[in-house]
Amino acid sequence: MPDEVVISVANIGKVFKLPHEKTSSVKSLVVNFYRRKRTYEIQQALQDVSFEIKKGEFFGIVGRNGSGKSTLLKILAGIYRPTEGNVQTKGKIVPFIELGVGFNPELTGRDNVFLNGALLGFSNKEMKTMYHDIVEFAELEKFMDQRLKNYSSGMEVRLAFSLAIRAKADILLIDEVLAVGDADFQRKCFNYFNQLRGSDTTVVFVSHDMGAIREYCDRALLIEDSKILAIGSTDEVTEKYLRLFMKDEKIKPTKANGEQNRWGDYSLKIKSVDIKVEPNNISIKQVVEAHKSMPSPVIGFRIREASGKDLMGTNTKIENKKLPDLKRGQEATVIWKMPNLLADGDYTLDPSVLHADELTVADWWNEAATFTVKKNRHLPYRIDPGFDIDVVIKGS
Amino acid sequence: MQRRFSYPVILIRQLVITDFKLRYQGSVLGYAWSLLRPLLLFLILYIVFVKFLKIGTSVPHFPIYLLLGIVIWNFFYEMTVQNLGSIMARGDLIRKVRIPRWTIIIATSISALINLCLNLLVVALFMLTNHVILLNTIVYLPLVILEVYILALGLSFFLSAAFVKYRDVSYIWEVIMQAGFYLTPILYPLSRITDLTFQKILMLNPMAQAIQDARYATITHQSATTATVFGGGWYKLIPFITVIVVLFAGIWFFKSQSKFFAENI
Repeated sequence: MPDEVVISVANIGKVFKLPHEKTSSVKSLVVNFYRRKRTYEIQQALQDVSFEIKKGEFFGIVGRNGSGKSTLLKILAGIYRPTEGNVQTKGKIVPFIELGVGFNPELTGRDNVFLNGALLGFSNKEMKTMYHDIVEFAELEKFMDQRLKNYSSGMEVRLAFSLAIRAKADILLIDEVLAVGDADFQRKCFNYFNQLRGSDTTVVFVSHDMGAIREYCDRALLIEDSKILAIGSTDEVTEKYLRLFMKDEKIKPTKANGEQNRWGDYSLKIKSVDIKVEPNNISIKQVVEAHKSMPSPVIGFRIREASGKDLMGTNTKIENKKLPDLKRGQEATVIWKMPNLLADGDYTLDPSVLHADELTVADWWNEAATFTVKKNRHLPYRIDPGFDIDVVIKGS
Repeated sequence: MQRRFSYPVILIRQLVITDFKLRYQGSVLGYAWSLLRPLLLFLILYIVFVKFLKIGTSVPHFPIYLLLGIVIWNFFYEMTVQNLGSIMARGDLIRKVRIPRWTIIIATSISALINLCLNLLVVALFMLTNHVILLNTIVYLPLVILEVYILALGLSFFLSAAFVKYRDVSYIWEVIMQAGFYLTPILYPLSRITDLTFQKILMLNPMAQAIQDARYATITHQSATTATVFGGGWYKLIPFITVIVVLFAGIWFFKSQSKFFAENI
């Protein structure tokens, strides 16, 4: 039954009652006691959330911090009970809210393996047969008789992960586990996911990494302000997620690091910027209007990925293209053309106009435009120039 | 399906093992402390009450009579106090893994039970060296211990759940246990209380009834039990009824609260 529903969530809501507890003095304690008044802050963490997940599906949950996605995961795991609505699940659920839950620093690595194994539902006998593999995979053979408190954090994560992948679950709930660990560890995680793909395991996956969601999930769910904002294909959902940030940032310009979205003396102003993305080419059209006369201005741009990391950029001076002096009221149009080397994802365009000295900013506009590259090639890297492959096999 | 059934068993087993490994972590004598603690306490009480105050000269084998009472009380005390904080102590597990919450209580109670068995070994040793004549009523001792266990279990369920909500519980329980220790005829023979009404009221306490019954069954038929104090009538059933009520009330309270453990811890 490939279409069997294994998780069915119907109209769930979750309310947290957070008591105001500030009995700083004995007097207020006594007063509060007699009034018998306890004030609560009602926090609505989830509201009317319904969806279904089918067997074998990889399902992503995305949302901003505090949107309620972790609460939802904990409800699916049966750790929290929903205030209203109900959740039905089929099969054994193993949640990974955190790696190495229940690890005790005072116990040896060996004892911790057995304790953690029991939490995953393995008997002592089963653990004994698996023990060797677990230790070997974690590459910790020499350290198993040491107490866990003497492990480095990397060793601890390795051991926890090595244990976690033994879990025989019908449904795996994973909360940002991938966020920890180094590149090598993350690669191991991805390998593990790829292994799970073929099996009947259903995976629910909470992440901020849109690349990972796109790469691994079949469908995704976007939560915003404790409600479902979108549910459907990963492309659709991740795009909406990223747009959430764009929209937000335009309403209140990010003042992080005292930086604004747009600044300069506006002697020259960017009138419009258009970007055209084709599978093989990208072209950017910048129109600049002079409010004052300006000798040979420098016009440029920068492309960043959605997370804010710089990817590429240039300007007319770097490219040895000297612009003529502009008089007040004149307009200059610059068209950039380049091969589309970007991998699938969302990007932002930051156009800029500088004075001839390349230092004084006339108009700098962060995130003036956003665009999406979609070649339908799932590449975990940011640059996708397209590849020709030759394979030669030698020998008998 | 068969797996799911055995999950609590696997878990309890491993929790008990962990508990034991951690209990005397870093101490030189290790598990020997399980035996040494009641022994040393006994020594102190023996010197003070038997040698100095000369209480209990009327009771045969009074030192062992004393020891048995202390051992049973200690079991009750340990189990309730350790269970009281057990849910809080395992907060990390409760917030991040779905485990049946009651397994934590059962695991802690089994640890206490194992400890009791070790302590009873000490009692048996003393009985042997003191030439206590083995009574055939000793077969009832496990029943008495079962009663104490059930009482402690019911209280454990109640206390651990209440402690998640109100931290005052641990202080309150500490005081109750102090009072209970003196209101139960552990250090003194019941006959020292001359007012019969007080005797009767005292013996309604399930712990008093259990300890006196245990002494009656194991050491000497001279120890007064609830049945002998009341003679006849249904009053003597009050301690047993209390135990059953406490168990079910505890389980009920625990069940109703355990849904919210993850968010309240």
